[in-house]
Amino acid sequence: MGYRLSKTDGDKLFALWSKKGDLFAPVRMEGEGCFSDTDVIRYGNVSSPEEIEWETKSDYSFKEAFLPVNETLFYFTEDRTGVPKEKEKEILIFLRACDFHAVKRLDQIYLHNGGEDFYYKRLRDKAKFILMPCSGTCDSGFCASMGTNRCECYDSYMSLEGDEIILDIQDEQLKLWGKEVLEHIEETAVVPDFAEENKEYVTLPKNLSNHSFSLELWKEYGDRCIGCGRCNFVCPTCTCFTMQDIFYRDNGNVGERRRVWASCQVDGFTDMAGGHSYRKDQGERMRFKVMHKIYDFEKRFGYPMCVGCGRCDDVCPEYISYSNCINRLGKEEQNHEK
Amino acid sequence: MKNDYIPQLSAIKEVIRHTDLEYTFRMEYRGEVKPGQFFELSLPKYGEAPISVSGIGEDTVDFTIRRVGKVTNEIFENYVGDRLLIRGPYGNGFSLENYRGKELVIIAGGTGLSPVRGVVEHFARHPEEAASTTLIAGFKSPKDVLFKEDFEFWKKQISVIQTVDAAPKGYEGPVGMVTKYIPDLKFDQIENTSFICVGPPVMIRFTVMEILKLRVPEENIWVSHERKMCCGLGKCGHCKIGSTYICLDGPVFNYTDAKDLID
Repeated sequence: MGYRLSKTDGDKLFALWSKKGDLFAPVRMEGEGCFSDTDVIRYGNVSSPEEIEWETKSDYSFKEAFLPVNETLFYFTEDRTGVPKEKEKEILIFLRACDFHAVKRLDQIYLHNGGEDFYYKRLRDKAKFILMPCSGTCDSGFCASMGTNRCECYDSYMSLEGDEIILDIQDEQLKLWGKEVLEHIEETAVVPDFAEENKEYVTLPKNLSNHSFSLELWKEYGDRCIGCGRCNFVCPTCTCFTMQDIFYRDNGNVGERRRVWASCQVDGFTDMAGGHSYRKDQGERMRFKVMHKIYDFEKRFGYPMCVGCGRCDDVCPEYISYSNCINRLGKEEQNHEK
Repeated sequence: MKNDYIPQLSAIKEVIRHTDLEYTFRMEYRGEVKPGQFFELSLPKYGEAPISVSGIGEDTVDFTIRRVGKVTNEIFENYVGDRLLIRGPYGNGFSLENYRGKELVIIAGGTGLSPVRGVVEHFARHPEEAASTTLIAGFKSPKDVLFKEDFEFWKKQISVIQTVDAAPKGYEGPVGMVTKYIPDLKFDQIENTSFICVGPPVMIRFTVMEILKLRVPEENIWVSHERKMCCGLGKCGHCKIGSTYICLDGPVFNYTDAKDLID
């Protein structure tokens, strides 16, 4: 069941929830965008509803909540290793429907492809998801095409209507933590806002095959892509990382092993000792990424990896449209069949 | 919960020097392991490197390391009486059942012999388990030959062609690529053969082409692939090819699966 909360009650609820967990939500960082006088919307800790950017889609996804950009796996002294302490509080993550579907993709790799990942699992177990509304659609998303525009299993749903907070809670713990506020408020039905239509539509090619790996169109993308890897870093479903050892400057015998986000578009991703590497051409890397998102992942796990958030299209400095690439791929495949 | 990223300290029991660039490190290890599997070896500060198992002892496991990267350079500098960090084993490894009773041919190029050495060793010690065993091993030059002592023993037990790509004048052994020796192989029943091919990507490609010319069924061929593997656990993504993760699904593949892998 849902609630309508006044601003004061909303603030109180945030204060109550903050005692139990860190609230992690999209925040507008003014003037910190890539170009002068532009903002960037990234995730950060919040303590009240007005700190959250409710309207515009975040430029970066929520994934750093349990996949930090760089994460210490263990510290080492000469003979010993020590694992960083576990976070004590829960994490309450505000996200939209597309991103909620991305959680399943992250879980797929970190919990169900091989064994469970220790670090991911211990953060993931602390996560609760608070769905944000999509009233209308963002400019570049194509969630309706990907079937990721709606979701039901959220822990809570929250939106702003004027000064009022519209709230739905399905998770018993969240209800309990907010009891002090919620017990005085009459329950009411709440229906989440989902984007039913988008400006962008894609049709996933149904007959992709190994033939699709050798299409000419990849070469064209190879001429445009500069291999910056931003598409990977903003993607809520990209999961790759590289190991990195660092040593402290004032004591060379003590250091830590970290994992840091890696990009299949950036040089060095496949480099092996001895100098051999694969996919040297940017076009091959584009092909590798796109085919992973809409073909390889599905072949292995039964559903596509891409959730259609459109962030990669927004961030590309070369204006490469991934959604357009998917549609072109579909046309090429049709031509091939004829 | 198990934390797969934490390595164990393992003492270096013995170092066997093959060439200037390649040493075998015999490391302390107790546990299950199969030939063809690999470990992540590391030295704090220099990072981890995936290294395949080149020998299995009672309380030891061998790693034949070629000095080609940041981590391996450091291992070469600092090994004496030392310990390394290891975690593993990872990957599927070779299953001996696939080769028992077969006319087995193992073709290895350079350090590619390391992952398959356990298989060669097994059938050299138990030649009766295979219908026949042939090893074709290629090295760049006579000074690059690995496992020289093993070759002496293997030559007594199984059929061995040890070749070099090029040799100085006066060298008496076989010269030429491994592919040169494939057309001359003779079999009683081509359906009952098994081929294992391990080496650099180009070597694998041309070797398999030669094998197929003998009309060997594709499913009788096994290859082992090498890729960058940061985690060995199916997470880091570096070794993914199509829908395949080399660290989980490989590194040993039947050719019917391997032929569709496009990097």
